Amino acid sequence: MPKYLILKHYQGGPEAPGFAPMNEWTPEEMEAHFQYQRDTIKMLQDAGEFVGAEGLAQTGNWVQYGGEGKPPHVLDGPFPETKELIAGWFVIDVESEARAHEVAAYVSKAPGKGGEPIFEWLEVRPIMSGPPPVE
Amino acid sequence: MTPIPEDLLREAARQVLGALVRRGADFAAAEDAVQEALLEATLKWPDAGVPKEPAAWLTTVAKRKLVDAQRADAARRHREANAALEPAAGPTEQSDDTLLLLFLCCHPALSPTLAVPLTLRAVGGLTTREIAEAYLLPEATIAQRISRAKKTIADLDLSGRGDPLGSSEPDKSQVLRVLYLIFNEGYTAGDRVDLAAEAIRLSRLLHAASPGPEVAGLLALMLLNHARRDARFDNGTLVPLDEQDRTRWDRAMIAEGVDLLQNALAEGRHGEYQIQAAIAALHDDAQASDETDWTQILAWYDELCQGTHNPLAELSRAVALGEVDGPLTGLRALDRIEERLTDYHRLHAVRAHLHERAGNTKEAAALFTKAADSATNEAERNHLLKRAARARPE
Repeated sequence: MPKYLILKHYQGGPEAPGFAPMNEWTPEEMEAHFQYQRDTIKMLQDAGEFVGAEGLAQTGNWVQYGGEGKPPHVLDGPFPETKELIAGWFVIDVESEARAHEVAAYVSKAPGKGGEPIFEWLEVRPIMSGPPPVE
Repeated sequence: MTPIPEDLLREAARQVLGALVRRGADFAAAEDAVQEALLEATLKWPDAGVPKEPAAWLTTVAKRKLVDAQRADAARRHREANAALEPAAGPTEQSDDTLLLLFLCCHPALSPTLAVPLTLRAVGGLTTREIAEAYLLPEATIAQRISRAKKTIADLDLSGRGDPLGSSEPDKSQVLRVLYLIFNEGYTAGDRVDLAAEAIRLSRLLHAASPGPEVAGLLALMLLNHARRDARFDNGTLVPLDEQDRTRWDRAMIAEGVDLLQNALAEGRHGEYQIQAAIAALHDDAQASDETDWTQILAWYDELCQGTHNPLAELSRAVALGEVDGPLTGLRALDRIEERLTDYHRLHAVRAHLHERAGNTKEAAALFTKAADSATNEAERNHLLKRAARARPE
């Protein structure tokens, strides 16, 4: 049973045609979108495939080792030239890669403006497992 | 406070569940009842002491729970269990019960994802939490899988509940597959449940209840691999077979595996588990890696590939072929299976290994890196990265 990370980006992937950003949605459209996220988690829980899901705040810092005896370097993030921003993720444990893709496609179908699917791009990455079994 | 021996509870759990199901109790309801009885035992026994007949005690409690549950659910009342305490089952009945439970838990209608946790809980006597820890998953996820598995079984038409055992030569291949999957997941980190040891325990139960050459072959295969466990990891780092400290192999376990295997092979009905066990035995038999009898190993791989046409078996065969007829012959064999294993990291790794043996260090380093890039297992990836670094020409 492989685990997969389904990564949601704010930016970075190709934009779907006709995409309307969230600040153009009505409150009802937003609520429908949030409900879809909750339903997705419930669907994964009922299927026994849910491992975790988190959303990330858009604020944050870049931190680096500051050298012997010195405090860490802390910069306000993100770097201006960084186009990519991670919004959150699902972690699932599923039978196959095909099922992981199916789940990602389901997530991508979340309703947006006018209740139409937002066709969001999601990144699906296998999570490394522990030591291998029998050689 | 008297500590309860863990094995005692787990053994008794299986016996009680088996006895209830054999007497006609609904499997899903009985499994719930046994879990509740176990919980009650862990609460009461430390103070009250372990009863003289733990299985009988658990049976009584489980039956009471079953009746309670059925009273609460009027629709099920027609299946009301007999609350009277019946005499404990004899050894033969217990073996049959174990077999019945294994066939139910590994029923072909269940995907391995569902069959594995159900088998571990209902037959292995592990708790949901222990299973979740072993698989590094949330407890709720495992609980959900067990509940789905039980629902699937409840929906099956098992008219005559002994159905899976109905035939005189029941097909055990599904049970063997589930046990093998459990074994393959097994590793030894920390205080996590040792799934490999658990798979061996379950296979011993199956072997005692229903011996046969492939059952013995699977048990032997597990023992012959498990015997090398202490040498296979050094502080979390994978140590390949040819670099392992062979003095750390468990000789008693190897002897048991070889003995089982020889008796199985003597029956003259070879199957894939016996063949894989034979290959493992030949590796275990070599005092040093350069004393490995590759000619015999290759002969077993030939037989395995004839039977299965599995590209993974052919991949391993190419390694053996490289040892017997030289790396270039091994590489040619890989060309024939390449199409079926596109971008599989072990194909790149085997090709890299054969190139390294042929003295093509540049190709070897590039291929080891390629293999590391597509590996999804951390220990394996780290090992491949190191081999790439070692192969890289100065």
